[in-house]
Order: sequence, then structure tokens, then C-alpha cells
Amino acid sequence: MSITESDKDVRITTPADVCGMGHRMKRKEDPRFIQGAGHYVDDIKLPGMLYLDIVRSPHAHAKILNIDASAALALPGVLAVITGQDLKAAGNLHMMPTLMSDTQMVLPIEKVVYYAQEVCAVVATSRYIAADAVELVKVDYEPLPAVVDPFQALKDEVIVREDKEKKSNHVWHWETGNKDATDEVFSRSSKVVKQKMHIPRIHVSSIETCGMVADWDKINEHMTIYMTSQAPHAHRTVVSLVSGIPEHKIRVISPDIGGGFGGKVPVYPGYVCTIVASLVTGKPVKWIEDRSENLQADSFARDYHIDAELAADANGKITGLRVKTLADDGAADAAANPSKFPAGLYSIGTGSYDMEAAHFEVDAAYTTKPPGGVAYRCSFRVTEAVHMIERMTDIMAHDLGQDPAEFRMKNFIKKEQFPYHSPTGWDYDSGDYHRALRLAMDLIGYEDLRKEQAEKRQRGELMGIGISSFTEIVGAGPSKDFDILGIKMFDSCEIRIHPTGSAIVRIGVQTQGQGHETTFAQIVAEELGLPASAITVEHGDTDTAPYGLGTYASRSTPTAGAAAAVAARKIRDKARKIAAYLLEANEEDLEWDVNKFMVKGSPTRAKTIQEIAFAAYTNFPQGMEAGMEAVNYYDPPNLTFPFGSYICVVDIDKGTGEVKVRRFVAVDDCGNIINPLIVEGQIHGGLTMGLAPALFEEIVYDENGQNLSGTFMDYLLPTSMETPKWELGKTVTPSPHHPIGAKGVGESPTVGAPPAIANAVVDALWHLGVRHLEIPITPPKIWKILRDNGIDED
Amino acid sequence: MIPGKFEYFAPSSVKEAIGLLDRYGEDAKILAGGQSLIPAMRFRLAQPEILVDINRIEGLDYIRELDDYLAIGAMTREASLEKSALISQRYPLLADTAKVIADPLVRNMATVGGNLAHADPANDHPATMLAYDATLVAEGPDGDTIIGIDDFFLGLFETSLAKDQILKEIRLPKPGPGSGGAYLKIERKVGDYAVVGVAIQLTVENGTVTAARIGLTNVAGAPMRAKNAEAALIGNAPTGDILEKAGQAAAAECEPWSDLRGSEEYKRDMVRIVTKRAIRKAVERVGA
Amino acid sequence: MGRTVKLTVNGQEVSREVEPRLLLVHFIREDLNLTGTHIGCDTTSCGACTINMDGKAVKSCTIFAVQADGRSIETIEGMAQNGLHPLQEGFWEKHGLQCGYCTPGMIMCANAFLKENPQPTEEEIRWAISGNLCRCTGYVKIVEAIQYAANKIQAQAAQPSETKEVVA
Repeated sequence: MSITESDKDVRITTPADVCGMGHRMKRKEDPRFIQGAGHYVDDIKLPGMLYLDIVRSPHAHAKILNIDASAALALPGVLAVITGQDLKAAGNLHMMPTLMSDTQMVLPIEKVVYYAQEVCAVVATSRYIAADAVELVKVDYEPLPAVVDPFQALKDEVIVREDKEKKSNHVWHWETGNKDATDEVFSRSSKVVKQKMHIPRIHVSSIETCGMVADWDKINEHMTIYMTSQAPHAHRTVVSLVSGIPEHKIRVISPDIGGGFGGKVPVYPGYVCTIVASLVTGKPVKWIEDRSENLQADSFARDYHIDAELAADANGKITGLRVKTLADDGAADAAANPSKFPAGLYSIGTGSYDMEAAHFEVDAAYTTKPPGGVAYRCSFRVTEAVHMIERMTDIMAHDLGQDPAEFRMKNFIKKEQFPYHSPTGWDYDSGDYHRALRLAMDLIGYEDLRKEQAEKRQRGELMGIGISSFTEIVGAGPSKDFDILGIKMFDSCEIRIHPTGSAIVRIGVQTQGQGHETTFAQIVAEELGLPASAITVEHGDTDTAPYGLGTYASRSTPTAGAAAAVAARKIRDKARKIAAYLLEANEEDLEWDVNKFMVKGSPTRAKTIQEIAFAAYTNFPQGMEAGMEAVNYYDPPNLTFPFGSYICVVDIDKGTGEVKVRRFVAVDDCGNIINPLIVEGQIHGGLTMGLAPALFEEIVYDENGQNLSGTFMDYLLPTSMETPKWELGKTVTPSPHHPIGAKGVGESPTVGAPPAIANAVVDALWHLGVRHLEIPITPPKIWKILRDNGIDED
Repeated sequence: MIPGKFEYFAPSSVKEAIGLLDRYGEDAKILAGGQSLIPAMRFRLAQPEILVDINRIEGLDYIRELDDYLAIGAMTREASLEKSALISQRYPLLADTAKVIADPLVRNMATVGGNLAHADPANDHPATMLAYDATLVAEGPDGDTIIGIDDFFLGLFETSLAKDQILKEIRLPKPGPGSGGAYLKIERKVGDYAVVGVAIQLTVENGTVTAARIGLTNVAGAPMRAKNAEAALIGNAPTGDILEKAGQAAAAECEPWSDLRGSEEYKRDMVRIVTKRAIRKAVERVGA
Repeated sequence: MGRTVKLTVNGQEVSREVEPRLLLVHFIREDLNLTGTHIGCDTTSCGACTINMDGKAVKSCTIFAVQADGRSIETIEGMAQNGLHPLQEGFWEKHGLQCGYCTPGMIMCANAFLKENPQPTEEEIRWAISGNLCRCTGYVKIVEAIQYAANKIQAQAAQPSETKEVVA
């Protein structure tokens, strides 16, 4: 079945030669990628460039007794070995702030606090010599007990961060919602279900690892940084604050990025070492991570230990939600969240359901694991929230003996309730949850599948159907609440129309594969009627792009996408004035039609945007500024709330416990669609990154804090063989507050898919008394249940 | 991940290669397909001082059916096995195996000889060759030696090859009447080493198993045969209880350990399940 | 320690002196400046470094440059001849790429595959690319891109080329 080609709900107002919103435009950026001419950080080669490599800790927790770099320094081609002491002497650069206002080591002075932690950096004339030198650095350690379990950590028997004033592994406590009201609701609700669950530590693993080339120009005291960055401006500001180099003397260039997914938001020690190495040597220095370094030391995602309770009345109407959570922060709170939200947007966890009250409490603990808490393609902890509520909803439905689809329909926030104020304080902008679920059920043939399942169960076969009806919260965010290190989370767009009617659009967000060079051109084409093919989109160079907070959390379209539309409308306002002048008409008598202003009632009296653009430089009204450009820093009035309903069918092998995803239908609603082709690609990719943690991926530590899944041989990215052929459907519910009615889509599927898969597996096993399975749901976990229940293959 | 330094030789004959092995002894390592060795060198888990690249030696890459046996040159790439019509028609156990080794690109470089000589119990060919009762031909300074597969694997990464011997050829008995075989592997994803793998080659005459050999992948410190499972099959009809007995025997005699692929208990049970399935498949092929 | 290697790269003879331990992928990227071939892992798992060597798709991070002596290799940079190769066209038409990092490896893998199997099924395509990881696309559109190319190549083969017509 091919559902993907149906564009019937997609709004198109421009002809194909303009190619505004809604067109399946082939991507403008692709010619370079398909011909091997993409330009990634590791492709940069500068004259005299040096290479940096990093010595890493073989212990999760250990005192550093001595670092002997003499043999490394004696190796021909080795220029420097940088230690924590060197950084300290250079102005306390051995520590750096995290995005959550915690601190983290760049290089250690006294002890290491996670396995594979950076211990010192080696600088050499080639990649190969640097690698040899790493082998020659001798570090003496005195191992300390690892702190692997965050619950154990809270007992404070071993303190991870002795450098901090507070000698405790408890990092913070945060709560939201109304505790008393929630307790009251629970006390009078006839049905309460409880479940503990762990959303395990995973890793984004973009196929390109992280890296940097830092190029210090001694003469001009100017630093050029090429960096795998999802947020080049924010990184420029951080570099300036940490290094003391004035911000105008720093240029951050984020060239083509080989996937980000949140992993290229944080500042890693390797970046700081590379900058220092360039400052010290006066030469350009390159650092490119290995995959093992990337998996073992870069920011993780998730790692939430959740204890949830869901209440319902006798009729099966959800009344309240109570959630306690322990976040395993690793050795620093280095999450990439907005400052006021230590647990991100986790409180979206009431999900798609109307309920009276909710209360969320989250505590965070230090452990001897790498710091992080980045997204893994999700908007600040929404995946954890959605997994929790969609699992709880399913447990409640099954417990009540109700069909999970019917139960959801009964409890959904109704279309007429939007804008909906949630019990945790969010104002959902729009939604039509019933329609999306009904469509998903129709596409997959839900009722027939339930019949098939019943028949199979009679025969002892194991088949499950799982639903997830998620609500996302993206587009951070409104400046009253959202900032990172104090910088408000607006985003920006600058448009210049050239005299001959082509244009350059510069944006503050940074593509890592999302297709910005195409979609932003389409937004501007939609607004101005210039062909998208005549619009260059530029980003990723802090010297030229307007300041922005970057691309993550599905925020590009909600923020910079809006900025592009608003900036284009400013240009259209000016164009109206010029057109009126050229047509010798009153501005009020003109109307806009795709790409021209015409005099109402006389369509032949018209000026195209190209004619107007030329006039803006050649023939404009007296007193008007020449040129045609505009900039907008867009401060969104609210977040956007994409949603969807996913249905998954699994078959379980009774002999081995292997799960086969037979079908997976995803109905997404991301508001108005800029480019259906790109949206489909985003959803396919997001679903695959939802499948991955549901069934395959997990970063596992042993009791000594050693990472057991530090290569692609044990950190299991799905291949083409494990990934099902995704089936897509869509509804379109435009955002009422967004200038083009769009909402963002990149992360919805990552957020929505895991519980659909988990629910399907649990559904297949519910009759055996299974209420919950921790993700990743691997065959051994299912096998145990099967054998405990006396089920074998024959 | 950068390999350490080494000196490189690319001999053009087996004799020349043996001379190098003889000269450098423990310091030398043979580079065949390199798909296990080079990653190990990148992690510096292997740091040979001398690398003897045998890819330039002509005449080690062939698949030939002779009167008595199938001869496979040690440098035959896995992809050649996978794509050989002869093998897929007459040696289904080997065809099954070649298809599930690593991934299609690795199979374009990886060699059957390298897979065996590495003696990694996680590799797939050892179990298969044990099941086939293969014979290996190795050449050393004193000429050719014929090694029965049962005498080849001594332990983890350890074989009976002398330091100056090179594996040249693998010989499989030609399939007789009533014979069939299969290799089944459970893997966490495509390209993974086996959670467990079971190779079986058997002969069924008049509904009774008259010969059977079973090899197991990645469930012991060295490649192993499931001899008790073989015994459970031989002399019996390969159905119902007998399959279960064979599976249980294999599960009991293997020596797996707990790791990310599963607990010891899980792996034993998977050996039981996969053994049964592999026998069924092999028996089906007897019929076909 | 240097050894001279001579090989054909995208139809051109090249000769360089290399350290024996130099990985072919680094030789291609650093010595030849053909940076379309990428590196994504250390364990021969991801396939970002896939090239064609003597017509076969191989992972260039798990081959030493010295092993390529005397051989012929093809990289993504050699694919477009008189316009885009049908595979390149297919990836563009079908949105078979997002960040573009795995794309050259995918294309080179598919290039060798389609020569062996010009009319593959979806399952066969999925099997063929199972040694190449993509983190962005979920593979659906990559499969469509390869199908597109297979059809295009078939159509081209079925039609006598213009040159042939002139000769006839």
C-alpha cells in the first residue's frame, strides 16, 4: 500500500515555476552531496594544519597520580601535549560551563569521572603521529569506586563531584503541576495504575562524528572555527565567554553537517582543546573524533527512571497523572535544555488526554558516566514524557478491559477544546486527535487486525497491535520563558532581493540534513512569488548569518521559518509602495497575486516582484531608501504542538523471542506542509530513530562504569533489513499562531514510535500477565517471559 | 583509530610467503581479507611488526568440484561462495553460511581461509566446516600437510597451523545421496556476530539419520561440535522428540557465557531452538 | 618505510609513495583530495567509506592503500560522466539523502550491486545496502532511489544509443 503520495490535504497556492509551499521540490542542496562535493569539517585542509588526538581514561572514576608525556613529546612530529594543569595555568580553562549552568571538566586536574574521559590532548603534524603519541602518554591512576546506579548515587557514599561546594550527588529537584489537586484527584478516582519504567541511555550516533578545525590568526588576533555545530552563533558566544577572545574576533563556520540529532549542540572538551591547541601553536589544528570516542564520551540522551501513576474514574475517564522521576545526569548536568527547564518539556506528559490534574517531580543525580542529556532527535525530554503517558494509557485501557483505541478516543482532548490549557500549564495551540487516530486505524485496517489477533491467540500465535497517539511540543521558544545561558530563543532570517529578481536568504538556524536550503527558499517563494530556484539560502557562518539559536528540538520551522515569512512580508510591504509608485496608484488599491501587485479591477495594470525589485534599485520613490531587504528576529508567541497517531503490528517468534515489525502506519499532523517530499523523509528517518531505541539501541555500562556498547558492533543502529517499510498518512491542522501555519516535524516520529512498538509487544503478551517491558525490547527479555509461561515454539 | 606501524610484504608465491613467516616468526601476521585483522589493528589490539599480504599470490581463489571433493581456495572471497551456483545447488550449508557472514561489502573482501584461520568461535565458517567434516590443506617449509577439521581448532584464535604454515585449500566431501545441510544463525541485527549459530550436515536413509555432524558458533571458547546432539540424531528418524533431544543435547554441551547478546541460559536455549530448526531445514533439503 | 603505489582512480593513473599502514580511505581523502568518500566508524560497520575496487563495493577503511597497488578504484567523484549517473539522479529525484554523509557510500554500494543484479526486488536492494548505515532516511527513499536507477539503466540499455545509430 502506498499512502505516501497522497497530497490531498496539502495547501498549494503557487504555480510549479514559483514552487512555494506544498510543492514536492527536489532539494536544492543535493547536487553537491550526490557528487561527493559536500563539504564537511573533516574535508577542510589548511596549510600547515596540525592534528589533535586525545588520551582517554580507562577508568570510570580514578585519581590521576601522574601524567608522563615525555615519550610522546620525544616522538618526531609531536608539538605539544596539553594537560588540565596547562589549561588551569592558562586562565582556569580546565573547567567550562555547561548549557545548564553546571560546570564540566575540559581536562582533569585531580580525577576522572567517567570512562573514556579526556585526560590530555596531543598535537602533532599528522593524524597518524598524533595517534602514535596517544599510545606513548603514560598516566598513573588510582581507581575509585564507580557510581553507576543513580539511586545508589543518592546515598552519597561516593561523591562524584568533590569539586563542588555541595558534597552530594543530588543535583537538583524540580516540580510542576499542582500536587494538592493531583493528590485529591487520585484520592477520589476509582482506578489507579502504577508503573515504573526506565528510558535507557542512548546515543544519537550521527554517521559523521564531531570535529573541529580551529585556525588562530596571530597577527589579526582572529579565530576561525570550523565546527560540527547545530548552533554556530551560540557556540561563538560560548567560545568568547570561555576564552576571552572578543566575539567579533571569532568566526564560527558550520559547514555541511553529517547529521546532528542533538549531539552537535553541546560544547565538548575536544573542541576546547582544539581551540587552545591552535592558540598555543599559532597553527590551524584539526580534531576529528573516532566513532568509539563519539559513543563513549559525547553527550548521551534519555536515562530517566520513571515512577508513574495514572488515575481514572469508574467510566474509564482519565482524571489525573502523578509522576516521579530520577534523571541520571552523568558527571555534570550538561543537558541541552532551555535554562528554566532542567527537565526540559517533560511536563508535556499529560499528552493527548484531557485530565483534571497532574503533578511531575524530577530529581537529578550525578553518576560516573559521561555528562549530557541531549535530545536524540527530540524536543527536550518529550520522548520520555510520551513514552510514559502512552505506556500508562495502554496499561489503563488493558486493565479496564477496553480496546486501547476506543480508550484513547474517549479520553482525547476534543477538537473544540483547542486552544487547550493543560494541567501542567501548556497552551496547546491546535489539534484534532480523533481524526488522526481514526485515519491511522483505517489505513492499517485496525478492526480486521484485532480479529486476526484473536484468531491467532486461539492458535497460540503471538501477535500484537500497539498504538501511540502523541502530542509533541516544539519550537522553543517564546522569550518570556525560553533562553539558553540567558540568550532568548528567538530565531532569525534576513532576506535581500537582488536587482534582477533573485535573492539571498540568510537564517540563524543550521541544517544537518533537514533541507533548509530548499524549504526556506520555498517559504520565501510562497510569500514573494520569486521562484524558489532563484533564492539562495545561506546559513552556518556567524560572520554572515543573523544571530540565531540553531537547529534542534524541531525549532527551525516554528522559529526561523516564521522569521522568513515575516521578513518576506516586510519586503512585500515595501514592494507595495514601489508598485504603487510605478503604477501611479494608491497602495490601498493594489492587491497581491502570487508574484505581482495589480490594481484591483484592472489585472493588466500590474508589476511583478521582479519588476519591483529592479525598481527598488533603479526607480524608487523620492525619499524612500534604496534596495530591498529585511530582517526579522522572530519571537514566537507560543510553542507549536504537532501530533499524530501511530499503529504498529508485531509478530513474535515463540522460539526465540524475536520481534518482527510487520506493519507500521504513521499519521502525522505537522500543520501546513512546506515540502511533502522532505516531510516524508523526516518522518521515515524519525520513525527509524524511534524503532532503534525501542528494539535495539542502548548504552550499557558494567558495574565498573565501563561502556560495553562503545562501537557500532555493540551499539546497534538498525540497517535496511531491520527497518520496516514505513507507511505514512497525514492530516493537516495548521498552527493558528504561526505565520505560515506550520509546526515542525523532524522529531514527532522519534517521539511517537517507541511506545507504539512497546505497546504492540506488550499487547501480544498481555494475556500472559505482561504489563510492561523496558525498552529496548530485546529477544532475551521476551524469551524469559515465554519460557516462564511455559511457551515454547512447538 | 589508526593502526600502528608495520613492515609490509606482498609475496607473489606461497613459497615466498612461507619464507617470510619462517624468517619473522611470531612478529609476522598474514593479511588475507583483513576484515577482522585491520579493525583489530586500528584499535591496536593487534600490532604485528610484519604483515605478509597473501592477496598477491595467484591461484588461491577458486571453487572446483573434483571427483571426490569440493576444493575451495583459501583466498576465495565470501561473496564468491555466496554467488556460486554450484554451491547454492549442492552445498546449501555453505551457501547459508556465506550469506550471513558480516555484510555484503565485507564479504567482497573477506576470505574463507581467513575466517577459518582466525579461529574465532564467533566466526561462522568454523561451525560449518566442522559440520562438513572438511579437510584443510596447509603448506609449510616441508610441503603440504592435510589437516582434518576436528584437529584444526585448538582454542580461541588458536589453530594447529604452525607459524610458518599457510592455509591453502578447504576440501568438502561431495554430498552423497540423502544428504542435506543448513546453517541458521540468530543475530541481533544484520552484520552482527552470531548470538548462536548452528551448522548441520546430515544423511537420511529410509527415514533414518545415518550420519550427522553439528557445529556451533559463538557458544564456547573455541569452535565446537555438538557431538551429543549428533549422537541423539544418528540411528533415529529426525522428527518430534528426537529433534528436541538433539536440541537439548546441544544446549547442554555448549559453553556459552552471559554478555550483551544474552544470558548463558538464553543462549543455551537458543542453541536448542536453532539446532531443531536447522535439523528440520537440513532434512527438508534431503527431500528436495 | 615508504612504498610506491600505482593505481587507477576514476580512470586516471595515480602514483604516490605511502606508509604501509595508511588506510585506503585516508589515501583517497588526504593524498588524492577526493573527500566525497567518508569515514563513519572504526569497525567496518557503517559503509560511509564504500568505494568500488575492481568493480566490487568494498569498505576503504578496512583496506591498506598498499593493497590497492595495481588495482582500479572508483569513487563518488567518478560517477558523473556526461551528466549525472542514474543513481545520482535517483537519489536526487526520490529524496534518497538528507545530511548526505552516507550518500556516496550508498551510491557506490548500489553501483556495484546493480551491475550484478540489474533488476533487483525491494528485498534484494535492502539486502545489498545492509552494510551501509544511514541515520537520516529510514532507508525507504534510498530503496526507491536505487529502484529508479535500475529502471533508468534498463531503459537506457534497451534503447540504442545515438552514437550507435550514427555508426549504423
